[in-house]
Amino acid sequence: MKKKKLVKYGKYGYFFSIPFIVAFLFFSLYPIIYTFVIAFTDLKGLGTELNFLDEPFANFKSIFANKTFLRALGNTFFIWICNFIPQIGLALLLTAWFTDKRFKVKGAGVFKILFYMPNIITAATIAILFKALFDYPMSPVNDIMVSLGVFEKPVEMLQNKMMAKGLVSFIQFWMWYGYTMVILISGVLGIDPEIFEAAKVDGANGVQTFFKITIPNIRSILLFTLVTSLIGGLNMFDIPQLFLLGGPDNATLTTSVFIYQLAFQGSHLYARAAAASIIMFILIAVLSAGMFYIMRDRDAEKIKKEIKEAERQKGEEA
Amino acid sequence: MKVDTIDQKKKGGIVLKVVIYIICILLAILSIFPFWIMMVNATRSTTEIQQHAVSLIPSGFLKNNFAVLTGKSFNPLVGFMNSIIISVGSTTLSIYFSTLTAYALVVYDWKLRNAFFKMIVAIMMIPAQITMIGFYQMCYKLGLTNNLLMLILPAIASPMTVFFMRQYLVAAFPFEIVQSARIDGAGEFRIFNQMCLPIMKPAIATQAIFAFVSSWNNLFTPLVLLTDKKNYTMPIMVSLLRGDIYKTEYGSIYLGLTLTVLPLIVMYLILSRYIIEGVAMGSVKG
Repeated sequence: MKKKKLVKYGKYGYFFSIPFIVAFLFFSLYPIIYTFVIAFTDLKGLGTELNFLDEPFANFKSIFANKTFLRALGNTFFIWICNFIPQIGLALLLTAWFTDKRFKVKGAGVFKILFYMPNIITAATIAILFKALFDYPMSPVNDIMVSLGVFEKPVEMLQNKMMAKGLVSFIQFWMWYGYTMVILISGVLGIDPEIFEAAKVDGANGVQTFFKITIPNIRSILLFTLVTSLIGGLNMFDIPQLFLLGGPDNATLTTSVFIYQLAFQGSHLYARAAAASIIMFILIAVLSAGMFYIMRDRDAEKIKKEIKEAERQKGEEA
Repeated sequence: MKVDTIDQKKKGGIVLKVVIYIICILLAILSIFPFWIMMVNATRSTTEIQQHAVSLIPSGFLKNNFAVLTGKSFNPLVGFMNSIIISVGSTTLSIYFSTLTAYALVVYDWKLRNAFFKMIVAIMMIPAQITMIGFYQMCYKLGLTNNLLMLILPAIASPMTVFFMRQYLVAAFPFEIVQSARIDGAGEFRIFNQMCLPIMKPAIATQAIFAFVSSWNNLFTPLVLLTDKKNYTMPIMVSLLRGDIYKTEYGSIYLGLTLTVLPLIVMYLILSRYIIEGVAMGSVKG
């Protein structure tokens, strides 16, 4: 009786999914396939006709041989790592402080709201704001540095390549550590409080509890943060594009900015930009699949170990 | 002896607590300071800024800066209107159709249900940048590059929102009401619109905020698609402030930035509790 009912209503599952599927096919799947196809043609400029290349992988070869692309790829990873390590470090530290009952940080709610705030502000605005804050010859940071006597006279900070890269990393860090902290805190609050009680009874101190109990228990959330941050980092566009237009001397050029400038500025080399997009697509897919695989493997191994251990103990008891 | 160690522990605790507060206050200042300088400088003249770029006290050149700002290509009203149209349109579509798709995934038992859900999880992480060349070429061929609909309609398929709505439905949806509504003779579509949507209100509210903010802040897609000045969104308007025409008009640049930030900050201060809760809720799925 019940089964019959389910069969009868099942068709509505298809009906209600139609809008999503149609929109997905038209606005996502088709563009992905089209990008893929374009990567094997010579599409550029104002033309729309697709002429396939005699040597199918010529665009990919030329991208891999392109020093600017390789430079952009290196920059992208460098900027991401320099933002992610301090970001996860600070977020973990704040999480430890805000969730530890012994500290009872007053105003934790207000601090959370303020730390998260940069995340919801338009990245385009933040990029141009930081450009204005660090500009030469006159800008707030130069003004402060000269007043404090750190600089003798205003310095052209944004012309320094390392400084430029570091600042892009810093902006990303500043925009995202609050978000990561909120996510980690909610993960810690989801841990069974009895585990913490047990640790307390066993005489574990705050540091031990954090590393031995808290971190292992939020591992899947840490992985989620890592993967989403990596994907976001590999697509970083707004800040590097508007902060210094990829400069000085391509020091802040990321792959997204490279692809944008190749396809939508200058001579509109769509086919090559499409090839670069496909390379990034594969890179992202492989990296995130790899991370999930490493994490899942460990979990499975751990469970296996635990089962073995339990069996051994049972055997000993017998 | 024992009392001593407890005393030391207490002292150490107080020192650590002071360190925690100092660091938290410094980080809070770091969050506010850039925006404070921006807003103050929006009221100062370019000469004042050139003499001293940092001031905590506003000046009286707001009107003057506004005249210079809007006298050139920056048009906050046009940007605001376009951004509102796109953000409201895409948020509405994304929320309605994501809830509908999630409802299909949870309430009905159909053959391809699991395969469909797996596909949604798989495509969730595909970033828009990767598909942009194909998307742009498609719009270009169809003559739709300056059509705001191309920035609104794709929201019908928002895998992330579907994923979140499904989690919420699985956890909080009372399936019995569907049964009793069916007995009362209500159609399936009506049951969704009149029973499911009201129950989903809390989830819809948080997801709507995030959909709106991410659409409002989106630079990449509009920058590629919109070439006509009358279609520019707020982030594209902002990018104009970087151009040569405003080169030395510091006061106006700060004012332009302020105009784009102010609505967001006001909205954030009103909704911050829900937003933080929403971020925390979203993480549970991880």
